[in-house]
Amino acid sequence: MRETFTKGMARNIYYGGGVFFFLVLIGLTVDTVKSLPKTDNSENMTEQVAAGKRLWEVNNCIGCHTLLGEGAYFAPELGNVYTRFGESTEAIKGFIKSRPVEGIPGRRSMPQFNLSDEELEELAQFLKYVDGVKTARDWPPNVQG
Amino acid sequence: MKYESQGVAKLYFIAAIGLFVGQILFGAIMGLQYVMGDFLFPEIPFNVARMVHTNLLIVWLLFGFMGSAYFLIPEESERELYSPLLAKIMFWIFLVAGALTILGYLLVPYAQLADLTMNDLLPTMGREFLEQPTITKIGIVIVALAFLFNIGMTILTGRKTVITLVLLTGLVGLAVFFLFSFYNPDNIVLDKYFWWFVVHLWVEGVWELIMASLLAYVLIKVTGVDREVIEKWLYIIIAMALISGLIGTGHHFYWIGTPDYWQWLGSVFSALEPIPFFMMTLFAFNVVNKRRRDHPNKAAVLWALGTAVMAFLGAGVWGFLHTLAPVNYYTHGTQVTAAHGHMAFYGAYVMVVLTMISYAMPIMRGQKAANETAQKLEIHSFWLMTISMVFITLFLTVAGFVQTYLQRYSDEPQSFMVVQEQLATWYWLREAAGVVFLLGLFLYIYSFFAKGKEVEFVEE
Repeated sequence: MRETFTKGMARNIYYGGGVFFFLVLIGLTVDTVKSLPKTDNSENMTEQVAAGKRLWEVNNCIGCHTLLGEGAYFAPELGNVYTRFGESTEAIKGFIKSRPVEGIPGRRSMPQFNLSDEELEELAQFLKYVDGVKTARDWPPNVQG
Repeated sequence: MKYESQGVAKLYFIAAIGLFVGQILFGAIMGLQYVMGDFLFPEIPFNVARMVHTNLLIVWLLFGFMGSAYFLIPEESERELYSPLLAKIMFWIFLVAGALTILGYLLVPYAQLADLTMNDLLPTMGREFLEQPTITKIGIVIVALAFLFNIGMTILTGRKTVITLVLLTGLVGLAVFFLFSFYNPDNIVLDKYFWWFVVHLWVEGVWELIMASLLAYVLIKVTGVDREVIEKWLYIIIAMALISGLIGTGHHFYWIGTPDYWQWLGSVFSALEPIPFFMMTLFAFNVVNKRRRDHPNKAAVLWALGTAVMAFLGAGVWGFLHTLAPVNYYTHGTQVTAAHGHMAFYGAYVMVVLTMISYAMPIMRGQKAANETAQKLEIHSFWLMTISMVFITLFLTVAGFVQTYLQRYSDEPQSFMVVQEQLATWYWLREAAGVVFLLGLFLYIYSFFAKGKEVEFVEE
């Protein structure tokens, strides 16, 4: 690099730029968090949904599925599964409940998690709640996720 | 080795390579599960294999970063490590905690592991890459603090160089942003938003500081180019990394229920993210061309150049491929993401750690460079692993675009599983490339034991 551009200048760009954009990120984060209630479906947050989220976590569902596009790419998107299953929590529960213990020969299978009826309801309510999050352009692009 | 305490790095590097093998073995298992869905089911379901694959990657890279820091900091600071004993104790704690966690994933159902480790007290498990039990996370924080204390004391009481200060900043950032892994609100949008404060601000933020400083250190050593020149490059590269990458976090905030302005901010700033990686490539080739000596460790020079190029391709080009919001609308969460993830992690972080190991390991074994045969084998393994990773990425990219078209873009979108079956050919090809990668890795390990003619060099 040319001699007119000194190490000191490079250092100042690093510190100045780093601090400036970090502060911008914090500012945008404050704004984002404040505006979330408009989109985050928190009006439908219940104890059941919270319990469902715990179940979603402790069964590591994200290890195969995506949820709003994030997760593993081995199994279908679940951010809109409530819509895809005809807005029926019963259909969701039925699917989870009916997974064969030994899987389906030759095919990808979802494990049988042996959830109780109460747990199934909680998990289904959680997926319904996530489906209610207002994503930009109503992502995913279509019902197939 | 100028300072005896640099030798603790050897433990860390050996563990890193060992865990790397585990990571790739589980990668191969997952690759097979993509096309033979019932492989190892229900003993090792896909989600477990994936957890092991990704968590081993993170843990071995952390071992690699810590080992690299322990090796270079005494030399840069011109003093012995503050406490080699603490470094050794922390090594064993981290290794045992890591091994127990991986065994936990493999031996008990995940929900039971959550129960056993009392996840209910402070639920942090079950989020991608942060699957570790809360107790393991606390362990990671303790190890990180002890590590930072150890290197911090060494740096602050010794000669301060730009490389050590940037490395320290990166490592402190790594520890600080990891704390967000303890925040797990019920609100899914908030949860996702702050989850990225760990994941994005690690790999597209502070880890780039670590990577650039390690690369700068090795380049100083193998080229003999003036430190002033290298430090100027280092500053400008990491400046661009932060300027683009901090607001670039926004490219993860397109579709998770966050405000629409992130579409613009994320697109514009993340489109700049390739710049620091491009500069790294310019930097590496520039200083190697201007080298003042021909270092006998040719393998290390190759790894350094390879890191710069592959990081630019994987993180820069493949990141840019799907970072603009209108493109990402269709590609988000498909195999395109997987393609990018593989080459970016390999090119940037795997390769920079292997660069450090390549440079430091012979020195810790009492040589300036490995013997000719060993270097030749190491260079072969470099090409085997790197080229097979290019193919893994290409096959996944094709799979990703076909998937995007069939499932998201065509007039009659097909369901996920129907589309997956049509991708089988590409997944088989990816698996084949993965097996070649594994062979390359075995060759890499073998190169450490190969005997041959010692390299000749002129002492400076």
